[in-house]
Amino acid sequence: MTFFVIIEGVLAFLLVAGGIFAFNGSLGMLRLEDFYMRLHGPTKGTTLGIGCVLLASMLYFTVTQREFHVQELLITLFLFLTAPVTGHMLAKTGLHMHVRFSPRSRGSLPEFHDEDVGQGRVARPARARHPWRTRKARRSRLRQGETS
Amino acid sequence: MKRQRYLPTPVLSLVLLVVWLLLVRSLAVGQLLLGTLLAVAIPLLTRGFWEPLPHIRRPLKLARFVLVVLWDIIVANLQVSRLILSFKRQAQPGFIEYPLEVKERLAITLLANTITMTPGTVSTSIRPDGESLLIHALDMHDEQALIHAIRERYERPLKEIFEC
Repeated sequence: MTFFVIIEGVLAFLLVAGGIFAFNGSLGMLRLEDFYMRLHGPTKGTTLGIGCVLLASMLYFTVTQREFHVQELLITLFLFLTAPVTGHMLAKTGLHMHVRFSPRSRGSLPEFHDEDVGQGRVARPARARHPWRTRKARRSRLRQGETS
Repeated sequence: MKRQRYLPTPVLSLVLLVVWLLLVRSLAVGQLLLGTLLAVAIPLLTRGFWEPLPHIRRPLKLARFVLVVLWDIIVANLQVSRLILSFKRQAQPGFIEYPLEVKERLAITLLANTITMTPGTVSTSIRPDGESLLIHALDMHDEQALIHAIRERYERPLKEIFEC
């Protein structure tokens, strides 16, 4: 009996911890300031979050159905293979598109080589506009027109 | 010679067999046979695409390396979470250029992936000549210390494992 209580506690802990880590990774997207920093949230926070949930799943089905459930390990394997590659490709694309980084970043860098950023400016999508900001600008322009 | 011909990459074959058995979730004889067939056939069919893989010299070191990386992933998550959640402390981002010591391509790939998975660093770019790696760090206070840490903790073991 106590065995099941302990297992239940461990399961609850793993699920809650997994949820917190996954949430944290997503929160990083909101709180960090430039593209390269935001990349850190999903590549790490989610890995451990999903790891915890998968561990809980393995434990739960192993205990309740009394047979080993290990195919969740496959998900972990594929995740560990794909997450760093995705992060690397995103960062590389960011460099090529000349995505701005925070002025506070430091290091030996900013003198990038041509191979890193490409020689010419790569075509980049138009900057997203804030709808309310443009509306405000238009309104102020109109107001100036009225006064002059 | 014969083994080279019919089983060019024993480790890859073993991994394929295990993945197959996990996917079908059974240890029946039929599945074992089918898995073995796939594990032999797939590396043979895709042999043209593989670079010659370096041999793993020290499997024990590899196991230790995997454990170290797993532990570091947990630590990395805690650190990044603390940084995201804290209101007072602002992160100090930065780019560094990391001069590579390993030359084997598989080892470089492994190192880049490891760097992305562990504390506050993402590998962003590799120079085409394979001389150095561009790394973005989320919270960096001492550039030399970071380079030193990566070298001692990840690159040395990788170098010893593949002996290149």
